[in-house]
Amino acid sequence: MLEVEDVRKTFAVRRRTGRLRRTRVNVDAVDGISFTVGAGEFVGYLGPNGAGKSTTIKMLTGILTPSSGRVRVAGLDPVRQRTTLARRIGVVFGQRTTLWWDLPLRDSLALIRHLYRVDRAAHRTRLAELTEVLELGAFLDTPVRQLSLGQRMCGDLAAALVHDPEILVLDEPTIGLDVISKATVRAFLSRLGAERGTTILLTTHDLGDIERLCRRVMVIDHGRLAYDGSLERLRATADADRILVVDLAHPQAPIEVDGARLIRTDGPRQWLAIPPDGNAAAVVAGVAARYDVEDIALREPDIEDVVTRLYRTGAAAGFRWEPDRL
Amino acid sequence: MVDAVRTYLLLAGTWLRAAAQYPASMVMLIVAQAVVTSLDLAAILIIFAHTSRLGGFSLPEVMFLYGTAGVSFALADLTFGSADRLGEHIRQGTLDTLLVRPVGPLLQLATEDFSPRRIGKLVPTGAVLVLALARLDVAWTPGRVATVPLMLAGGYWIFAALWVLSATWQFAVVDGKQAMNSVTYGGAFLAQYPLSIFGRDVLRGLTWVVPLAFVNWQPALYILGRPDPLGLPVFFRFASPLVAAALSVLAAVTWRTGLRRYRSTGS
Repeated sequence: MLEVEDVRKTFAVRRRTGRLRRTRVNVDAVDGISFTVGAGEFVGYLGPNGAGKSTTIKMLTGILTPSSGRVRVAGLDPVRQRTTLARRIGVVFGQRTTLWWDLPLRDSLALIRHLYRVDRAAHRTRLAELTEVLELGAFLDTPVRQLSLGQRMCGDLAAALVHDPEILVLDEPTIGLDVISKATVRAFLSRLGAERGTTILLTTHDLGDIERLCRRVMVIDHGRLAYDGSLERLRATADADRILVVDLAHPQAPIEVDGARLIRTDGPRQWLAIPPDGNAAAVVAGVAARYDVEDIALREPDIEDVVTRLYRTGAAAGFRWEPDRL
Repeated sequence: MVDAVRTYLLLAGTWLRAAAQYPASMVMLIVAQAVVTSLDLAAILIIFAHTSRLGGFSLPEVMFLYGTAGVSFALADLTFGSADRLGEHIRQGTLDTLLVRPVGPLLQLATEDFSPRRIGKLVPTGAVLVLALARLDVAWTPGRVATVPLMLAGGYWIFAALWVLSATWQFAVVDGKQAMNSVTYGGAFLAQYPLSIFGRDVLRGLTWVVPLAFVNWQPALYILGRPDPLGLPVFFRFASPLVAAALSVLAAVTWRTGLRRYRSTGS
């Protein structure tokens, strides 16, 4: 559904070099990335601010023209066939609404129906469906400017799906939302992927989104693809240790056990790090056999740590992980 | 083209319905706009209280110029006037949201917030035009009769192209709206008067640089049977459609270029 081949986007930026002098500097917002996304995949697209996420999305949707490389979405060239493509994709920008500020949500959706030439009957069914799952009923007749951020996001999701697109591109849809709104949006997206088979590309800062929704993750940093593969492998690749938290019956000398090293003690509680290729079961058995243990907990590496580590190593060494498809 | 007009009407209709939910506000806006537009006419009437001729033109003749320029401009403003919001959309990043829809962004911009308020300009100018046509002392040959709708259409088309050019200018200069308003609104103001009163240099500029002379001045010279103060050949009296076509091509090319080179915002 999405094919991106060695795509680059260079912006000429004017920098002030003197009081009045300015020089033009070329900045690669996206610096040669390639990936493909198959039909029905739910892919998370991760990266720090300014990494090139939004630029990639804008090239996929035909808003920006790539400086070089090849982009195909649903077999179409996004820039040349932008309006044709628009009928087949839905786009949600978390940072700005596609709805009209002064119109009630219902009128905004009616306008969008005309834009996409959805016939009245189909629209009514679709709207009823969306109203139910996104719980729009309470604010369908409220002007968009009066909606809360969470309501507005649900409205924007509905607006992007009025024409039942095959592909949905989401640019930070959960930004600024509270826990409940986030949960609604996530539940809706996960249902959309599972029931309609919509291909979904999700850009986010929120690793919770990725953990709950995406089986495949792409990480972009400094305009380059730093990782492309499953979430589990991301954890392993980024070489993060699992943490074993041991609560002893009473404070004791540091635990010594094969396959793990002690990283912290606090009274009766001790933290052990198990390398990714270590055998956690053996470590647990070893600790339990030799010490008086009250409780034991194994913590998987936090995705946040993993990604931070990935950004750092990737940035420092210009290192690039080999793409690994699911 | 037919498709575009259909979409235009659908979108404009939806906006109109939304505006009609507040009928009192809608009527007041129309009336206010009509009053403001009529102020220009009041200025002309005051001038004629002191003199019987303005630049060699009688009151009905000046009213004819006022009416034709006003109707052309009001129609262009009605249909394309909101295109010059492009700068705001670029600055706020909302142009992106227009670009991901299956309808051209110009069409979406032009219909945006389509408000009957803009009809307020059409009512007084249209009334003046009718009045002027009734009082003009002109031998109405078929050629002259046919020229009236043609000059209105040509004038409309020229102003519409200017609105689009005003928008495309903002691809380069995001804050350029004010500068271009001097061409659109300023142009509409100038075209209400016999251009001869502004002097030959301004007249040359309005012929060759910003071709507002073709909105109503040149065809009106033919209808009113006047010689051209610049001595341009008769062909120019009928050149409005050509000028309109040339401006449209220019507007279309710059619009496309602007869109192609659009850089979007940072997020």
